[in-house]
Amino acid sequence: MNVNQHTPMASPYGQPQPGYSQPGYAPLDGGYPAPYAPYNGPASAYQPGAPPQGPARGPPASGPPPVSAPQPYNQYSHSQGDMQNGPPTMTQAPPRPAASQPYNPGAMNLSGPHPSYPQHYGPPSTIQQVTNQMTGMQIASGPPTPAGPGYAPPHSSQPPVSTAYSAAPPPSYTQAIPPVSSAPTQPPPPSGPATSQQYYGGPPPSSQQPFNSSLPPTSQQQFTSSAPQAPAPPVSQSQQSFPPTQPPFSSAPPPPPLSQPSPYHSGPPPPRAQMPPTSMPQSNHLPPGPQGPPGPPGPLQQPPPQPGMQGGYPPQQNGAFGQVRGPQPGYAGPYPGQPNYGAPAPAPAPAPPAQKRLDPDAIPSPIQVIEDDKAKSTEPFTTGVRGQAPPLVTTNFQVKDQGNASPRFIRCTAYNMPCTADMAKQSQVPLAAVIKPLATLPPDETPPYVVDHGEGGPIRCNRCKAYMCPYMQFIEGGRRFQCGFCSCVTEVPPHYFQHLDHTGKRVDCYDRPELSLGSYEFLATVDYCKNNKLPQPPAFVFLIDVSYNAVKSGMVSIVCQELKTLLDYLPRENPEMDSVVRVGFVTYNKVLHFYNVKSSLAQPQMLVVSDVSDMFVPLLDGFLVNVNESRLVIESLLDQIPEMFADTRETETVFGPVIQAGLEALKAADCAGKLFVFHTSLPIAEAPGKLKNREDKKLIGTDKEKSLFQPQVGFYNNLAKECVAQGCCVDLFLFPNQYVDVATLGVVPVSTGGSVYKYTYFQAQSDQERFLNDLRRDIQKPVGFDAVMRVRTSTGIRATDFYGSFFMSNTTDVELAGLDCDKAITVEFKHDDKLSEETGALMQCAMLYTSCSGQRRLRIHNMAVNCCSQLADLYRNCETDTIINFFSKYAFRGILNNPTKAVRDTLVNQCAQILACYRKNCASPSSAGQLILPECMKLLPVYLNCVLKSDVLLPGADVSLDDRAYLRQLISCMDVAETHVFFYPRLLPLMKLESGSLPVAVRDSEERLSKGGVYLLETGLHLFLWVGASAQQELLLNIFGTQSFSQIDPSMTSLPVLDNPFSQRLREIIDSFRAQRSRYMKLMVVKQEDRAELIFRHFLVEDKSASGGASYVDFLCHMHKEIRQLLS
Amino acid sequence: MATFPEYIAQNEERDGVRFSWNVWPSSRLEATRMVVPVAALFTPLKERPDLPPIQYEPVLCSRATCRAVLNPLCQVDYRAKLWACNFCYQRNQFPPSYAGISEVNQPAELLPQFSTIEYVVQRGPQMPLVFLYVVDTCMEDEDLQALKESLQMSLSLLPPTALVGLITFGRMVQVHELGCEGISKSYVFRGTKDLNAKQLQEMLGLTKPSATQGRGPQTAQQPLSNRFLQPVQKIDMNLTDLLGELQRDPWPVTQGKRPLRSLGVAMSIAVGLLECTFPNTGARIMTFIGGPATQGPGMVVGDELKTPIRSWHDIEKDNAKFMKKATKHYESLANRASTNGHIIDIYACALDQTGLLEMKCCANYTGGYMVMADSFNTSLFKQTFQRVFTKDVQGSFKMAFAATLEVKTSREIKVSGAIGPCVSLNAKGPCVSENEIGTGGTCQWKICGLDPSTTLALYFEVVNQHNAPIPQGGRGAIQFVTQYQHSSGQRRIRVTTTARNWADAQTQIQSIAASFDQEAAAILMARLAVYRAETEEGPDVLRWLDRQLIRLFMFHLRRSPFLQVFNNSPDESSYYRHQFNRQDLTQALIMIQPVLYAYSFNGPPEPVLLDSSSILPDRILLMDTFFQILIYHGETVAQWRKAGYQDMPEYENFKHLLQAPVDDAQELLHTRFPMPRYIDTEHGGSQARFLLSKVNPSQTHNNMYAWGQESGAPILTDDVSLQVFMDHLKKLAVSSAA
Repeated sequence: MNVNQHTPMASPYGQPQPGYSQPGYAPLDGGYPAPYAPYNGPASAYQPGAPPQGPARGPPASGPPPVSAPQPYNQYSHSQGDMQNGPPTMTQAPPRPAASQPYNPGAMNLSGPHPSYPQHYGPPSTIQQVTNQMTGMQIASGPPTPAGPGYAPPHSSQPPVSTAYSAAPPPSYTQAIPPVSSAPTQPPPPSGPATSQQYYGGPPPSSQQPFNSSLPPTSQQQFTSSAPQAPAPPVSQSQQSFPPTQPPFSSAPPPPPLSQPSPYHSGPPPPRAQMPPTSMPQSNHLPPGPQGPPGPPGPLQQPPPQPGMQGGYPPQQNGAFGQVRGPQPGYAGPYPGQPNYGAPAPAPAPAPPAQKRLDPDAIPSPIQVIEDDKAKSTEPFTTGVRGQAPPLVTTNFQVKDQGNASPRFIRCTAYNMPCTADMAKQSQVPLAAVIKPLATLPPDETPPYVVDHGEGGPIRCNRCKAYMCPYMQFIEGGRRFQCGFCSCVTEVPPHYFQHLDHTGKRVDCYDRPELSLGSYEFLATVDYCKNNKLPQPPAFVFLIDVSYNAVKSGMVSIVCQELKTLLDYLPRENPEMDSVVRVGFVTYNKVLHFYNVKSSLAQPQMLVVSDVSDMFVPLLDGFLVNVNESRLVIESLLDQIPEMFADTRETETVFGPVIQAGLEALKAADCAGKLFVFHTSLPIAEAPGKLKNREDKKLIGTDKEKSLFQPQVGFYNNLAKECVAQGCCVDLFLFPNQYVDVATLGVVPVSTGGSVYKYTYFQAQSDQERFLNDLRRDIQKPVGFDAVMRVRTSTGIRATDFYGSFFMSNTTDVELAGLDCDKAITVEFKHDDKLSEETGALMQCAMLYTSCSGQRRLRIHNMAVNCCSQLADLYRNCETDTIINFFSKYAFRGILNNPTKAVRDTLVNQCAQILACYRKNCASPSSAGQLILPECMKLLPVYLNCVLKSDVLLPGADVSLDDRAYLRQLISCMDVAETHVFFYPRLLPLMKLESGSLPVAVRDSEERLSKGGVYLLETGLHLFLWVGASAQQELLLNIFGTQSFSQIDPSMTSLPVLDNPFSQRLREIIDSFRAQRSRYMKLMVVKQEDRAELIFRHFLVEDKSASGGASYVDFLCHMHKEIRQLLS
Repeated sequence: MATFPEYIAQNEERDGVRFSWNVWPSSRLEATRMVVPVAALFTPLKERPDLPPIQYEPVLCSRATCRAVLNPLCQVDYRAKLWACNFCYQRNQFPPSYAGISEVNQPAELLPQFSTIEYVVQRGPQMPLVFLYVVDTCMEDEDLQALKESLQMSLSLLPPTALVGLITFGRMVQVHELGCEGISKSYVFRGTKDLNAKQLQEMLGLTKPSATQGRGPQTAQQPLSNRFLQPVQKIDMNLTDLLGELQRDPWPVTQGKRPLRSLGVAMSIAVGLLECTFPNTGARIMTFIGGPATQGPGMVVGDELKTPIRSWHDIEKDNAKFMKKATKHYESLANRASTNGHIIDIYACALDQTGLLEMKCCANYTGGYMVMADSFNTSLFKQTFQRVFTKDVQGSFKMAFAATLEVKTSREIKVSGAIGPCVSLNAKGPCVSENEIGTGGTCQWKICGLDPSTTLALYFEVVNQHNAPIPQGGRGAIQFVTQYQHSSGQRRIRVTTTARNWADAQTQIQSIAASFDQEAAAILMARLAVYRAETEEGPDVLRWLDRQLIRLFMFHLRRSPFLQVFNNSPDESSYYRHQFNRQDLTQALIMIQPVLYAYSFNGPPEPVLLDSSSILPDRILLMDTFFQILIYHGETVAQWRKAGYQDMPEYENFKHLLQAPVDDAQELLHTRFPMPRYIDTEHGGSQARFLLSKVNPSQTHNNMYAWGQESGAPILTDDVSLQVFMDHLKKLAVSSAA
C-alpha cells in the first residue's frame, strides 16, 4: 500500500477525502444510509474545535441523512485527527456512537429511526430522547417485539442467567440501540423501566428491546435470552443492576466485571457507551459467563459444553461461545474464564441511546481470544486425533506429527465437516483448507522424511492413485491394502510386503514415514518427469531494468552490488555443498541485453536483442553459468552494468519480451527456473505486451471497476501458460513512480507461483533496506519448481476450487512453475455425496516438484477431519482465521468479475447466514433480537469487517489502483497467519518490555492508545512505531535517545542502537517480527498528531475508517440486523 | 590509316572500346541482315596511367534531353564562343570560364587524343569508403582461423579513414558495436526473420543522428560514422581483437545436420545497415561464407545432411524447393544494394555448393566479386582476397564505387541494352531503343563496383531507315559517360566519345566486312548466349546460337561451362558466368578457348592447338583456362621428373625445362583476379582431367586406331570433335543458304 509514499499518502488522506467521501458515501448509503447521518452528527459534536458547530449541524444534518452526509463526513475526517488523541475523553465517546449508529440506523431505517437519531445525538443523555429512540427502535424491533414479550418471560427466567448480557443484545442489534439497555433487561424490566423508562420497563422484554437494547440491560437480555435457561440469573442480575443505573453507560461497566476480561473494560470507560451494542456479541460471549454456574443452561447442544466453560454462558447459546475452543472436548475446561469477554459485549449500538455505543469491551475481543488460546496451548499439538482443531496461528506451539499434516502445512476451516451437502449448504460455512506445501518448520520440528520406494515409484492406490499413507488399511495379512479415499483394494507389491500385527497394523508401521506420518516426501522416478527425462538443475535469471528511472533511483546499482554477494546464497539442499543453480543476466530498457559470462572470457560480452517483437535467446553457451566457475566474469559484469547505463536517457521499457527472454533461455537450457525481474515503469515501448495507462478513478465504485483488476491484454495470460509449461517461475520487483498496471504485470508472476514486490517511489536511501532484505529472502528461500499439486479426498467431497498463485489447465491439477515456502493455496471442497461420521473426511495433497538440487520429488500431506450430522458439531469446531483466509481470497477473486459492492454484500450475506444458521439451529431458543455467536466464530464479524474495509474492497481516495491490485494478488497466496495479521494487525503497547515475552497486544482501536505511550503495530507488510504526544521522557530516551517528542525524526527507518535494555529488547522484538514475515517490514515512526498518523490510523481496524469502512461496533450491529432479517 | 586490326587495338588501348563492326551499315534493314548486331565491349575504367584527371567539370549540352558532354567531335565556333552538340545538334554557349578559348587555346576535351577524358567533380563532400565484413562462423576452426587472419590483415590494407563494420552470423546474426570499452557489445538478430531497413534502423538505435542533427552545423560530420561503422584508424586494435576472439558458432550441431547458417538474414542486415546509414555512398559488403544458408529467408538447403543441396538435375525436375524463394530474397537484396550504390562481394569457400546460384545476382547486380574456393585456408582465397585491395601507382585502390554509365548516341543509332555487372536505372531518353538486348530500356546503368577490367557489353540498333541515306562520310557517334566515386573519395566523371563511319551495305559491303572484329563479336555473342542461358532454358540457347552466325569460338563456347551445365554444379555455373560477364575481351577469350602452350626440348615454348593431338609424352603443357592454370607433364617428362633428373647437375636443362612453365604460370597467377586454381599434374594424374576435358577430342577411343597415329592422347568421350562439328556446320551453312 501506500506506506512507501509518505508524502503522497499524507496529502491524500487529509484532503482528498472530502471529495471522496461523497462518492464513497453513495454506495454506502445504500447499505447503511442512515448510519452515516447519525454519525456525522455525532462526529461533529465530537470535535473539540468543532463541537459547537458539530452539535448544531449534527442534528439538522443528520435529519436528512443524505444531505448531511457529505458534510458530516468531512468534518468527520477532520475530526479524526482530534479523535485519536482524544479518545479517552468523554466527548469522544459520542463520536463513536455515531459510528455505531450508522448501523443501527440501518436497522432503524425500517422503523424510521432517522428522526430518532438526530435526537439521540443531541440529547443523548436525556431520557426523552431515549424514549424516542426507543420508540423508533421498537418499531424496528417490531418484529422482535414478539420475542420481546417472549423475552420478558424468559428474561425473568433467564435474566438471572445471562441477564446482563441478554438484555442488551437482542434488541440492540436489531436496532443497535437496544443493546444498551441490556442490563436493564432482565432485572431491568423492572429497573430498566426505571432508568430508561419505557424501554426498560416494558421492554426489557420485548418490543422495547430495541431500545432496551440500547440500554445495556437489553443487551444482557439478549444474552440471557440465549442463556435463558442459564442459571446466570445472578450474574445477569448483577449486570442488570448496572444497566439500571445507567442504561447505556452503566451497563457497560458492569459487563466488564462480569463477563469479561476486565482488561477490556479497564481502558474503556468511555467505551462503555458502546457497550450496549456489544451486548450482541455477548450472546456469544455470554461473558456473563462469570456465572459459569449456569452450566446447565438449557442452551442447545452447545450449552453443555459451555456450561463447563463458562458457567454463565451456557445460557447464551452456545456455550460455544464461551471460548473458542470451549466446545472441543479437551478444551472445554480450560477456558472458563474466557467466556467472559465475549459475553460482556452486549449489543452495541443502540445508538439512540444517545450515542452510547456498545461497549467495545463488551464485544468479542480478538486479543482476548488470542491470549486465551496462547494460555491454553502449552502442550505440543499432536496431530494424531482426527478432527482436532489446532491452536490459533497467533499461538506459538510445537507440533508432533502423528499421522496428519501439521497445521503449518494444512489448516482447515472446519474440523468437523457436515456429512451432507444439505447441511453444508444450510450452514454456509465454507469447507476449505489452506495448504502450504513447502512451509518451513521451526528448528525443533523434523522436516518431512524422504521415502524411496525404488524403481517402481511410490506405491499408490490402483483406482484413485492416492499415495501410500496412514489411511491405507492393510488387509489379508498385509497382502493387499484398501484405499481410505476410494475404498479400492490394491495388491501390495512384493518388495513392500510386511506382516500385520494383532491390531491389523503393519509391523513396520512406525519405521515407515508414509505409514505413520501426515507429511513426507517420495522420491519420484523418471515416470514423474517431463518428457520422461530426469530434470536438469534449475536456473535463476536476473532481468534488470536499466531505463532512466531505474538508474536514477539507484535500483540498478543496488541490485548489481547486492547480487555479487547474494549469488553465494542460492538455494541448496545441503548447506555443505555449492548450489547447483545456474545464473544468467539480462538488462533491458526498450531492448534486451544478454550477457555472455562464460568462465573462459576475460570480459563479459553483451548481446543486444532489439527485435523485441519476436523474442529469442541469442546465445546458449555462456548465458547460464555456474556462479563459482564464472565468478570473475560475473563480478566484472555487475561492476560494469551501472556504469554502462549511468548516462542512459532511455525512459521506455518493455515487459512482455523480458519474460519471454527468460523463458526462452530456460527452454534452451531445458530446465526449470526462476526469473527475477526488476522493473520500473509501465511498458509502453512497442513490443508484445505493450500497455497503456488506464488508471481511471472514475470507474471506482461502478460496475466497470472490475475491469481494472483484469489484465489489459490477453498476452500475459498466454505467456503465463507457456511459462508454467516450462516451469519458469517469475518474481517481479516493481519500482514504480507512477501507475504501472500491477493488475496486468502481475499476471505472469501470479500464474507461475511467483511473487510481486512493489516499492513505490523507491529511493535508495530509505527503501534500500527493505528491498534488499526482500531480495535476499526471496533468492535464498527454499523453493520447488515445475510443480503439480493435486488434492485427493475421500468419496463424498471433492476439491472444487483453488485460490492462490498458480495455473490450472484442467479442474484438478494445480500447476505451479515454482512454489516457495511462503506460498499457500486455499482449496475449497464441495460435497458430491455423503460422508460418514465413522470414517470422517480424508484429504491428501500430493505435490510433485523439482527440488532446488534438481531432484524430482513428491511431497505428500495427509489430513483427516471428522464428519458430523449435527450442525452444532460443525459450529463447535471451526477455525475463524482460516475462514477469513478463505473469504478474503474468495472475495478478492470475486472482484475480477463482479462489482465490488456486490462482493462485499455477498460476504456479509454469507457471514450472516452462517451466524443465522447457528442462531436458528444451535443456539438455545431465545429472543430473536439477541445476537448469538458460536464460540469459535465470535470473531468472525470483526475479522470480516476488516476484510470488507480492506483497501481492495473499500479503497480510500488515496489508494491507487496499483496498490489494490498488488494487495489483491498478494493476499491470494497468503497463509492463515499472514492474512490474520494483515487483516487484524498486531498492536503492542511498549510501555513495559520484558525479555522472553511480548507485551499483551491491545485491540486495534484508537481508544486503546494512550497518549503517554508508545505502540508497535505490525501488519505483515508494515511496521509502525506510534509515539504518543505525551509519551514519557524516559521512554523516549530509551527508544530514541532523545527526551523531546519534537526531536524525534519521523523519517527514520530504524531505531538508533542504544545501550539500554529497553532499546535492545525493542529492537529484538522488531527483528523477531521481521523474521516471522515473508516480507521485510520497513519501520515507520509515527508521531501522534503528525500527518503520517493518518496512514497509521488506517490500520486501527476496529475504528471507522477514513474510506467509509464501518467500525467494529457498527458492523456488529449491522451484522445483527442482517441475521435478524434472515431469521425473520 | 592502318589496318583494321591496328585501328581496333588503338581504339581499345585509348578508349577501352571494341565494336563488333567498325564500319556501320547505314540502314536498319541492312544492319539486321548482318546477324551480329552493332555492339561494343566497353571497359569504363580502362587503365590509362597517361590520362591526368582534369580538375574541372565537363561542359554539357544545354538541351535537357541530351546533356551530352563537350567532346572532340563537336563543331566549335571559336569566335562566337559557341559549340554544336554532335548528338542533337544543339548550339551551346561556352560557359564564362571558357572565355579565353581559341583555336590555339583549346581545352583538353576538344583535343582528339582526349576522346577519353576524366573530370574530377569538385563539389560535394568527400565520402569515406565503407567496408562491411559479413562473416560466417559456422566453419571448421582451421578455416575460421585462416579467415580471421585474412581479415585482420586486410585492416592494414585499408586507408585509415575508411569505415569498417563487422557482422558475424551462424544461427544468429550479430552486428558488432565497435570501439566499446570493457564489455564488447553486439546486436543480435535471429536468423529466421527478415527485417526491413526501417525496422533495422530502430533496432540498432540508428535513428538518433537525425534527432541530434539540429544541434549545429558540425554534426554534418556525424553521419560519417556510427557505432557499427567506424574509421579503421580508430578501432584498428579493437577490431583486431574482436576478430581474434571470434569463436565458432556455439550452437550445437547434432549429428546428421548442417549447422544453422543465417546467411540470408545476415546479408539482409548488412544491406539494411548501409542502406540507412550510407545511402548512395560507395560501400563494399564483403561476405565470407563457409557453407550454404540453411535457415531463414535465403536458405538454399535444409539442415538435414541427408538431403543434398540442389543439383542441375533437381532444378530441371523442379525439385529444388528453396531455390525460387531464395533467389527472390537475394534478388531483392541485390536490388536494394544497387539502388544505394553498394557492392556485395561473395567469398564462398566450401567443398560443397554454398548457394551461389541463388546469390549470384548479389554480385552480378552490384559489380561485386564472387570468389569460389575450397577453403579459406588456401592461397587461392588468401591471395585473391588480398588482391581485392590492390592499389595503383597513386596508391589508390583499383576499385571504384557507385558508378553510373550513361550512353548517348547519334540519331541514327540507339542503344538496346547492356550485359554486365550492372542494373538498369530506367532512364528513358531519345537514344533508347525499343528492342531490348540484355538489360535494356534505359540509357543509364548503375555499376556499383568497378575495377579496371570490368567490361560491359553494349548492344546497339541502327534505326536509320533505308530511305533516309546518310551523307557520305557521315559518322555515327557514341558517348559513354561514367560517373563514379573514386577510391580516394572523389567523385569523377569519365567521358569516352567514339565515332564510326557509316557505310551503305549494298555498295560498301566489302569495307563493312573488313571492319568486322571477330573476337569482339564472339564475346559479344557469347555474352548474349550466356545471358539467355541464365534467363532461358539451356537447349534453346544452344539452338539459338546455332542459328546465329558461327565462327571459330562456337565449338568451344558450346562446350564451355558457360552454356554447358553438365559436369558442373549450379554454383560453378553461376560462378563461371559471373566471371565471364565482367571480364574484358582478352580474358573472356581465354575462358572460352583456353590457351595451351607447349614446352619441350624441341624449341622455345609455343602455343599449340587446344587439341588432344597436342598432348605428347615429351612435352610439358601449360593450359590457362582463366579459372585454372594447369601444368601438365607428358608421360616421358613425368617419368624423368620422377627419376629426379632435374636434380642432377648434368641435366640442368631439364630442370630449366621444368621451371619454365612454372615461372610463366606464376606470372599469370600474379596478374589475374580472381586467382586461378593452380594445378600441377602429369600424364595419368587425376587432375589431368581438367586438361582432357578442354581439348578438342580429335582422338577418342572411337577413332584413335582409325587414325593410327602415335602422337596425342585419346580422350574418352562421346563428344564430337571440332572436325565433325565443322563438317556438320558446313553442311548446314550451305543448306540454309540455299
